[in-house]
Amino acid sequence: MATTRDWLLDDSPSSRLQARLGRGYRLSRALMRNPLAMVGALIVLALILAALFAPWIATHSPITQDLAMRLKPPSAEYWMGTDELGRDIWSRVVYGARITLMIVMLVAVLAAPVGLVIGAIAGYYGGWVDRILMGITDIFLSMPKLILALAFVAALGPGIQNAIIAIAIATWPGYARIARAETLTIRNSEFVSAVELQGASSFRVIVNHILPLCSSSMIIRVTLDMAGIILTAAGLGFIGLGAQPPLPEWGAMISRGRSFILNEWWVATMPGFAIVIVSLGFCFLGDGLRDVLDPKHGDRQ
Amino acid sequence: MSALLEIENLRVTFPTARGPVDVVKGLSLTLGRERLGIVGESGSGKSMTGRSILRLIRAPGKVTADKLRFDGIDLLAQSDRQMRAIRGARISMVMQDPKYSLNPVMTIGAQIAEALLTHQKLGRTDIRGRTLAMLEAVRINDPARVLGLYPHEVSGGMGQRIMIAMMLIPEPDLLIADEPTSALDVSVQAQVLEIIDDLVKRKGMGLILVSHDLDLVSGYCDRILVMRAGEVVEECIASELRNAKHPYTRGLLAAIPRLDEDREELPVLQRDEAST
Amino acid sequence: MSALTIENLDICYGESKVTHDINLSVAEGESFALVGESGSGKTTVLRAIAGIATSWTGSITAFGQARSPGIDRGFARQCQMVFQDPYGSLHPRKTVDATLSEPLAIHGIADNGERVDEVMQSVGLDRRFRFRFPHQLSGGQRQRVAIARALILRPKLLLLDEPTSALDVSVQAEILNLLKRLRREQGLTYLMVTHNLAVVSFLCDRLAVMRHGRIVEVASADQLKRGALEDPYSRELIQFSPSHPA
Repeated sequence: MATTRDWLLDDSPSSRLQARLGRGYRLSRALMRNPLAMVGALIVLALILAALFAPWIATHSPITQDLAMRLKPPSAEYWMGTDELGRDIWSRVVYGARITLMIVMLVAVLAAPVGLVIGAIAGYYGGWVDRILMGITDIFLSMPKLILALAFVAALGPGIQNAIIAIAIATWPGYARIARAETLTIRNSEFVSAVELQGASSFRVIVNHILPLCSSSMIIRVTLDMAGIILTAAGLGFIGLGAQPPLPEWGAMISRGRSFILNEWWVATMPGFAIVIVSLGFCFLGDGLRDVLDPKHGDRQ
Repeated sequence: MSALLEIENLRVTFPTARGPVDVVKGLSLTLGRERLGIVGESGSGKSMTGRSILRLIRAPGKVTADKLRFDGIDLLAQSDRQMRAIRGARISMVMQDPKYSLNPVMTIGAQIAEALLTHQKLGRTDIRGRTLAMLEAVRINDPARVLGLYPHEVSGGMGQRIMIAMMLIPEPDLLIADEPTSALDVSVQAQVLEIIDDLVKRKGMGLILVSHDLDLVSGYCDRILVMRAGEVVEECIASELRNAKHPYTRGLLAAIPRLDEDREELPVLQRDEAST
Repeated sequence: MSALTIENLDICYGESKVTHDINLSVAEGESFALVGESGSGKTTVLRAIAGIATSWTGSITAFGQARSPGIDRGFARQCQMVFQDPYGSLHPRKTVDATLSEPLAIHGIADNGERVDEVMQSVGLDRRFRFRFPHQLSGGQRQRVAIARALILRPKLLLLDEPTSALDVSVQAEILNLLKRLRREQGLTYLMVTHNLAVVSFLCDRLAVMRHGRIVEVASADQLKRGALEDPYSRELIQFSPSHPA
C-alpha cells in the first residue's frame, strides 16, 4: 500500500502513465479532504448504484397496478406508500433513478462537448467567426431554459428522447459562453504562442492545447448544472411533456400526486425528496470539484 | 538608539502534503530608524518575513516568535481589529506590482483619501490639500488631474509612485517595501527609490526594503541581511557587502554579470539540496 | 551570409505605429541584442519576425528568404523563440515530455523519445524531470524546458525575449552560461531582447539601442564594455545600469 502511494506521489515519474495516475491520485485525495464534496459524491454514487441495480433494490414492480392497495401510507410493506394505481412508490423512485441518470448523462454528452467546441472556436478565431457563433448563442441564451425546452418538445412531440434533445438544445449555449471566455484568456498566453510558432495548425492548437484547459471548468459547470437539468426534466415531466406514463419519472410522479397532496402527501413528496437530494448531491460534488480542479486553487500539492 | 522593531526567533510555517515546512526559520533582528535591506533569492523567505511583521500571512500559514514588538507593542498579541489600526497608520507596506494593489474601479484621489480617512478624521478640503501635497511629494506633475484618473490610465512608474503616496500619507513609523521597483524601468526605479529615501530621511521613518537585487540594496540601505532558505546567512553594513564572508553571499555577487564582462563563464552556486 | 536582415520595418498595433523605420542586419552565428526600456518596441520587433505580430510594412529577410506576415511552418524549423516568463510559456497541464514531443508531432518527425532525451541532456535537464508537470519544476528548470522546446526542431536562429529577467541571479547565471554554450556548440544565431546591459555584455557581440520605436544607436559589445556608446540616451542607460566594476 505504502509503495503504491509512493509510486503515485513520486516527484519524478518515469512514464507518461505514472505522471497521469499521480495527478489523478493527488486530485482525488484533495477531493476526499472536502466533506461536502464527499457527501455529494456518495449521493451521486448512490444514484448510479440505484440505477444499475434497480431490479434488486426495488421491492415491487414499478408498473404493475394493484388497485386494491391504492394510496396506502408508508409501511413495512410499502416503504414510501403507494400511488393512486396501487404501485409501490419506493420501487418507482428507484427505477426513476435510471431515467434521471439517463437524462443527465445524455444531456451532458450532447450539450457539453458541443458548447465546448463552439465556444473554443469562437474564442480562438475571434472576428466574424466569433460574432456569428456568439450571436447564435445569445439568441438561445435570451430565452428561459424551460420555455425553450417546452417549445422544442411541443414541436418534436412529447416523450423522453425528445425531452432530452430539447434540454440539450437549451443548455449548450451556457457552455459555449464559458468555453469562449476561458479560451480568450488562454489564447494570448505564451504557451499558445509557442506552439503556434512551431507551426501547429489551428485545429491542433484548439484540440491539444486549449480544450484540455477549458475542460476542468466545464466539468465543474456541468456538475453544477446537473441539478438544473434534473429540475428541467422534472418540470417537463410535470406538465406532461417529458416521460410518458407508465414510466416512473420523478417529475411526472409529482404531477400525478398533486391531486392527493392534502390527504395522501407521500405520493408527491417522496419523488420530490429524491429530486432535492440528487440535485443537492450534484451541487456539493460540483463545488468540491471546483475547489480541486480550478487552476487558481488546485495543483499546489 | 531606541529600537523601533524587535524580532526574536521568528518562524513562519506552512503545512504541506509532506508535513509542515518552515519558510522562515528563527529569524531575529532589531531595527531602529534606519534603512534595512533584506536580500535573497525566491523562496528564501524574505517576503514572508516582511509580511509576517504585518501579520499578513494567510491561513494555513502560521507565524510564531519569541518576540515581535513594534514600538513597545506586542504585534502577536493584537486582535485583528487592533492590527488593522496599526496597518497603514503606523506600519505601511508597498508591494511589487501597482497593477494588482490599486483598486481598478476607484479613482486615484478616492483611494488616497480613503487611506487617509481610515486612520484620521479630516474635513473635505483638508483631505484634498493633503492628497495633493502627497502626490507632489512623490513628484507627480499636475496632481489635480491625476486625482481624477483611474489606475489603468497611469503608467507603471506613476502607479508605483501613487502606491507609495497612499502608503505614506498616514505618516507611518515603519515602511516595508517588498520589491517596490522590480516591475519598473531602471530610470524610473532610481526616481522611486529617491522619493522613498527622501521621505525616510525627512520623517525619520524606519524602512525595510525586501529585494532580490543585491546591487540595489547595497547602494541604498544602511544595513543588509542576506537570507537563504529561511535563514539569515549574513548580516553586514551595506557598504561592506563587497567584502562579504559567507560563501553564499559571495556566490551571489559573483553570479551577477558586469557591464564590462570578460569572464567566459559565470560562476554558479552549487546546489546541494533539490531546488524547489 | 546574413542570418537576418530587416529593412524599413514599421509595425502597427491597430491604428498606432509601434516602431519606425527599423533597419538592422544580423550575421550568421552572431549574437545581437535589442536594448531599451519598456515601450521602446523591442519585443514587438521579435514578435514581427516570429510572425505573432502580423501588421507590418517593410522587409524581413531570414537566411535569404523574404518573410511574409504571419507564422510559417517552414520558417518554424529555422527560427524559434524563447519567452520571458517561464511560468506562462509552458502549458500547465502538460508534462515536460509532452511539451517537447509536440513540435516533433507537428512536423511529423518520427521519433521514439531519443530526440527528447538528447535535447534535455543538451540543456542540462536530468532524465528524471521528463514526466514532471511545470508546477513541479523551479523557474530555472522551466526556462531550460522552454529553451529545449525551442531547440528540438534544430533551428539556426533563436529569438530570445528577456530570457532571464524573471529569474534569480544565480539561476540567471546558469541560463546565461547555457545559452552561451549552446550557441558555441550548435552554431546558433541569437537575437535577444533585454533591458539588462550587463547581460548583453556577457552574451552578445553587438547591440542596438531602441527608444520610442526607433533605433538610436548600433554599437559593438566592446564599445559597451568600454562605456563608449555615443548617443546621449544610450549613455543614460549605462549610467542607470546597476552593475559596476568590482
